[in-house]
Amino acid sequence: MEIRPIVASLKKHRIPTLLIVLQIALACAVLCNAVFMIGGRVRQMRLANAIDEQGLVSVSLQGTDPKLIASDTQRNLAALRSIAGVQAVSVVHTLPLTNNNWGWSFGITPDSSVTDQKNTNVTLYFVGQGSQRALGLRLLEGRYFSDSEYVDNAIAGGALPNTHLVVITQALGKQLWPGQSALGKTLYSKPNYYTVVGVVADVLRPRLWSDNRKSYYSAFFPVGADDVLRTYVLRGAPADRDRILREAIDALQTANPQAVVKGVTFQAIRDKYYADTNSMVWILVLVCAVMLAVTAFGIVGLTSFWVGQRRRQIGIRRAVGATRADILRYFRTENFLLSSAGVVLGMIMAYGVNLYLMKQYELERMPWYYLPAGALALWLIGQLAVSGPAMRAAAVPPVVATQPA
Amino acid sequence: MLGYYLDLAVRSLKRNKVLTALMIVTLALGIGASITTLTVLKLLSGDPLPGKSGQLFYARVDPNPLEGYVPGQTKPDSIMTYTDAMNLLHAHRATRQAAMALIDAKIDARQPNEHPYFADGVMTTSEFFALFNAPFQYGGGWTADDDEGRATLVVIAGFLNDKLFGGANSVGRIIRIDDRDFRIVGVLKHWAPQPRFYATDLGGRDYGDGDAVFMPLKTARSLDKGPQDTECFGPVTDLKDLETAPCEWLGFWVQLDDRAAVASYRAFLDGYARQQAALGRFKRSETSLLDLMSWLSDQQVVPNDAKLQTYLAFGFLLICIVNTVGLLLAKCLRRSREIGVRRALGATRRDIFAQFMVEAAIIGVAGGVLGLALAELGLWGVRHQPAEYAGLAHLDVQMFFFTFVVALVASLVAGLLPAWRACVVAPAPQLKAA
Repeated sequence: MEIRPIVASLKKHRIPTLLIVLQIALACAVLCNAVFMIGGRVRQMRLANAIDEQGLVSVSLQGTDPKLIASDTQRNLAALRSIAGVQAVSVVHTLPLTNNNWGWSFGITPDSSVTDQKNTNVTLYFVGQGSQRALGLRLLEGRYFSDSEYVDNAIAGGALPNTHLVVITQALGKQLWPGQSALGKTLYSKPNYYTVVGVVADVLRPRLWSDNRKSYYSAFFPVGADDVLRTYVLRGAPADRDRILREAIDALQTANPQAVVKGVTFQAIRDKYYADTNSMVWILVLVCAVMLAVTAFGIVGLTSFWVGQRRRQIGIRRAVGATRADILRYFRTENFLLSSAGVVLGMIMAYGVNLYLMKQYELERMPWYYLPAGALALWLIGQLAVSGPAMRAAAVPPVVATQPA
Repeated sequence: MLGYYLDLAVRSLKRNKVLTALMIVTLALGIGASITTLTVLKLLSGDPLPGKSGQLFYARVDPNPLEGYVPGQTKPDSIMTYTDAMNLLHAHRATRQAAMALIDAKIDARQPNEHPYFADGVMTTSEFFALFNAPFQYGGGWTADDDEGRATLVVIAGFLNDKLFGGANSVGRIIRIDDRDFRIVGVLKHWAPQPRFYATDLGGRDYGDGDAVFMPLKTARSLDKGPQDTECFGPVTDLKDLETAPCEWLGFWVQLDDRAAVASYRAFLDGYARQQAALGRFKRSETSLLDLMSWLSDQQVVPNDAKLQTYLAFGFLLICIVNTVGLLLAKCLRRSREIGVRRALGATRRDIFAQFMVEAAIIGVAGGVLGLALAELGLWGVRHQPAEYAGLAHLDVQMFFFTFVVALVASLVAGLLPAWRACVVAPAPQLKAA
């Protein structure tokens, strides 16, 4: 296809040409950045979490007398175990994605103190007996805690437990001791120290970090009866979990009439944590869709007028031998040229917008492939939008050439 | 003349209904999206205490160890130790001052078959209510003596009073909090600053309902109530004795009525930091005294997502305007002959320009009306979002009129280029071609 006549004709309509190019460029810039933001959020929502999310139910029990916690806990666990379909029961102080984070920073040398700048910030998960089975933790190396290792370990209003054992996630092990096994190594925060006895598959923290890797820096500490252990976890078949939840709430409320009992499935915890992210994703998707539709309709509108304006010209071309396919190709090529100019400008703008957002909102750099992907999308939309008007142009009969303008 | 232009414009718009509808809908979508996001942004970045915010200042000092300190660059932490808060409180160097932290309070439901529940609370000092202009429905606050005497009394919010006492005057009555009896000394009228500025760095929500109970700081601490957020800067053995631990957990606000007072308080804070450094307690001498609005922008309370959505919406509006320019231009180029005839019959360039601008304005007004409907729809959608501020998203009178301003400006900007192109059309060639 000869493009010189197309360029010549576009040059005669400079302003409408520029407008279409500008519109495609803006759409490309917004589209690339919006899709990039959608991608980042979807990736975060899909982060793996090595606990039994589907079968897990949690019931928190607050507002009871801390002095009776030891006997209360035993009685509550027994009541929960008797619920039909419950495979495992335990009590912990917090769960992933609950926003209830107990963070501490550790080093790997004996002189590390909590204020050291080079320490790694870690989420502390205080867990009671049977927690491995109840949470469905997947052990990768070493061992989990034996029953005797929970007894006598307490927080007792302090900041760290008085145990010397810890189980960490694989991601934390890789961060602290890259290329080595974490087993037998020690975490320090003067005057406390904890020896790694086991490594479990990656469990998310109660609150995620913008760097996905850091969202897995979790450590598990065995704790006996203590005032911090107030979240009961029950594991059963996913089909039973709603019934288990109802019965667990009833059982704990009956046993502790003066307590505040709140129960929730882990699925609901996950949905709540990601609710804002999820709605942002849908808003972005909606805006992208409407924006592309507006752009497409704009192209349809402008090209239609162009076709109308050039009816006689098209008629003459048909009369001197151009086929319908030639006319169709003319408009398609014209649109391709406009789209190309638009997406080149658009990719530059998209990159600029990304740089600005990186500076202002700590967004990551957009991977390069978003740019050609956005360009391709706008090329396709352009071709789709031009189809109708181009078809109408091709349908102009040669006889038009003989009619007065 | 305007009547004639209106008539011409309506005729012209009617001639091509699909195109007119396309322009109006495009403009309306852009306006709807930007007004929706702008309303949310305005709600989020609003002044929580209009009329008072200019006199409220947030004080900070820095008890951290020297490690990691860059003079002139490291900002003090956002919360304060008990020692510093009490020293500043008892110095009484501002018109009013209060220290505060957030708590959870277990409220007894007072009904035989109902279970207790948790409510948001504040443990603070006596001047809190006067400092923040919290209005009382019944009774009043407590005194500085009650603070020191660890009196078991509370001020409750109107909504809690409605729930527990059916809205009756409950001053002097007993409420059970955390299984202990407290005497009610005051009931607040509706008071829920948005954002809840005093809680932003104490571990609380930023928006939504206000707090339900307010109790004296020392009373709450003597009952082992812990703050929602604690940051420690030295080795700690336990988190129970927070009064002496190297931990920060209190926010400290002061009221300063004029610039001289602000300057003198700033000097006082600096002097305090130097004095503490001389005593060996402080290693850093940085202090900070920000007014309420600066503190909020420093804390970035407005979620980034809300700002990104606004950028996105205005990017979208820009696309819509460019689109409308294109369509209007295409239309006006097709009407060259009509313009030629009008020019030949005596219309000046200015007349033609006005005619096309009137046409653009009609599209703008129609787009504004439809855009307003879309913005209402958008805000209805926002209210059904999970975000904590969602329920507050309503279009106010200001935004209502602003919608039309945006619509008119957008359409007139869009109409400018086509109208200019129309008025420079030379009449003779057009008439000849016909």
